[in-house]
Amino acid sequence: MTRCANATGAVTSKLSLFGLFGLVIRRDLLLAMRRRADVLTTLVFFVMVVSLFPLGVGPEMDMLRKMAPGVVWVAALLASMLSLGRMFSADYLDGTLEQMLLAPQSLSMLVLGKIVAHWMLSGLPLVLIAPVLGLQFDMPAQALWVLILVLLLGTPILSMIGAIGAALTLGLRGGGVLVSLLVLPLCIPVLIFGTGAVEAVNTGMTIVPHVALLGALLLLALVFTPWVTAQALRISME
Amino acid sequence: MAINWFKYSAPTAFYGLAGKMIPWFAVPAAVLFMVGMYIGFFVAPTDAIQSEAYRIIFIHVPASILSMFIYLIMAGYAALGLIFNTRLSSMMATALAPTGALFAFISLWTGALWGKPMWGAWWVWDARLTSELILLFLYLGFIALQSSIEDPRRADRAGALLAIVGSVNVPIIYFSVKWWNTLHQGATIKFTGTSMHVAMQQAMFIMLLACWLYVIAVTLARVRSIILERERNTQWVNELKEVRS
Amino acid sequence: MLEVSNLACARGDHQLFSGLSFSLEAGELMQVQGENGSGKTSLLRTLCGFMQPIAGEIRWRGQNIHELDESYYAEMVYLGHLNAIKDELNALENLHISAGLSGCAVDEQAALSALRRMGLRRREHLPVKVLSQGQRRRVALSRLLVGNAHLWILDEPLTALDVGAVGLMQELIGEHLSKGGMVIFTTHQPLQVAGVQTRQLVLS
Repeated sequence: MTRCANATGAVTSKLSLFGLFGLVIRRDLLLAMRRRADVLTTLVFFVMVVSLFPLGVGPEMDMLRKMAPGVVWVAALLASMLSLGRMFSADYLDGTLEQMLLAPQSLSMLVLGKIVAHWMLSGLPLVLIAPVLGLQFDMPAQALWVLILVLLLGTPILSMIGAIGAALTLGLRGGGVLVSLLVLPLCIPVLIFGTGAVEAVNTGMTIVPHVALLGALLLLALVFTPWVTAQALRISME
Repeated sequence: MAINWFKYSAPTAFYGLAGKMIPWFAVPAAVLFMVGMYIGFFVAPTDAIQSEAYRIIFIHVPASILSMFIYLIMAGYAALGLIFNTRLSSMMATALAPTGALFAFISLWTGALWGKPMWGAWWVWDARLTSELILLFLYLGFIALQSSIEDPRRADRAGALLAIVGSVNVPIIYFSVKWWNTLHQGATIKFTGTSMHVAMQQAMFIMLLACWLYVIAVTLARVRSIILERERNTQWVNELKEVRS
Repeated sequence: MLEVSNLACARGDHQLFSGLSFSLEAGELMQVQGENGSGKTSLLRTLCGFMQPIAGEIRWRGQNIHELDESYYAEMVYLGHLNAIKDELNALENLHISAGLSGCAVDEQAALSALRRMGLRRREHLPVKVLSQGQRRRVALSRLLVGNAHLWILDEPLTALDVGAVGLMQELIGEHLSKGGMVIFTTHQPLQVAGVQTRQLVLS
């Protein structure tokens, strides 16, 4: 292990790439723990939007059962848009983002850490609460399991694509609405495969192709989006 | 002043060149447009199944084709600008976006007009129409992002990144929408005639050509105004006779 | 070590400066001077690689910083107008994170001694939001003590600091220089380091 000697004469060790990755995640989770309201508002928003649909279209169970996957997915999409603004803006405003850009390690890795933390704070809670909402729509147990599976695969993609939008709109006026405008069209494939899988299990067909395609999208996003987001951050910080 | 003149020279030279080139594209565009319309509406025979309503394809099809091509060309220019830091390429990308959005909109509009007699509904969730709608959203996102960034350099580079991400996504979106469409047995708008009449082919081809020429002319004109706007503080712009008068 | 040649920077349409050349060797201290809007912050941000110069280049140990990228960042530390600290976290947590971002994992003892050196004894575990502006600046400055950067780029480091802290900063800069470090900074307050001549760079 390389050692850094410093002004106080104290000995500190050099942080590895994964150390940095872990540090960023721990930091974002710690910050979120200190302002819990942010996480809760996203979750409450999600629950509210889903609960509004039966009020809007009427309580016929047949229709609701049919609509459920689409409603949950669209609400998840909107809820993740809502939380995107927070992904980089606080760090941008207080100067931490500048320090992140100066980190002597891969900015992509650091960005990936932020994406993972963002997903744990905004995507994962949605996945966990979704089955309860599915019950509101009288979804069968089998469909609920599939819903959880596809949300687990799909919500990280939303965070990753969202990260690009959030980085591009950093510090812009009306950034919140703008980011939705940029990101929502790019999220359409996730919506299609995500709802497709649940519909497939409802009609007794195989879910494999939908899940496989979502998995492929997840891998693709995992490879490219951190790097693209890092470039976007550099552009926005200039 | 130690300005890197190489970087500035391209837009400077291009401004004059573009001005000279515009009539060479605009005039043929207008002529071909009229010829194409004439063949399409008066020479081409009535379709056996769709009767007169099919004639909308002479606008709809070129508009759809161009809206997709323009996105790719735009992304290409934007990428060039991003990689090689050439300002003119970025300006071209910015100039192409509104025209692409316009064609996407025309394609949707004419698609709706076509859908009404064919399907009895103004809008059907046909795979191609839906993709076209998403494409329009992508254009609008690009335009919105660029116009909300004040610093032109950041606007160019941020827009370029978005356009590249968008163009990687376009095939995925198209495929997923098609997949969604087949699962739901949605409507498909297709030209049902087994073989196209020669006059129909001619009209279609001429209209396509006219649209291409229009795109070039209008993009050049828009690039000229972007150059003027961005270089308004430079000496050469203030010496232009159209600026001084 | 740090060489700047024929540098030109612009903000939007507006050219800030051009043809700027200088070099900075180990143990040297340089103050960037100029009126408001003359591009001091832009110069420092360009040296950090945030901004692309419109002409010229910046070399570190003979290599362009954009080619070096991460290995350059391992040897420099930047302190901007913004403190880069989080209100919700305490001083110690903030220091751990900023050290981590600059590539070093500090142990508890090193972090505590750095904070104490900056005059934050008994403030280590308070959330930063209850600290004064000057104390927050001290938290930000304590980052300099735990890193091992050769090059310090400091933008208005003395903002909000009291006389005692200014003296401490002078002392810290002096120590850093005597160990072969280099410092480039901007300030509107006088900053003298005993035994070191401050080189002046005037932007006009």
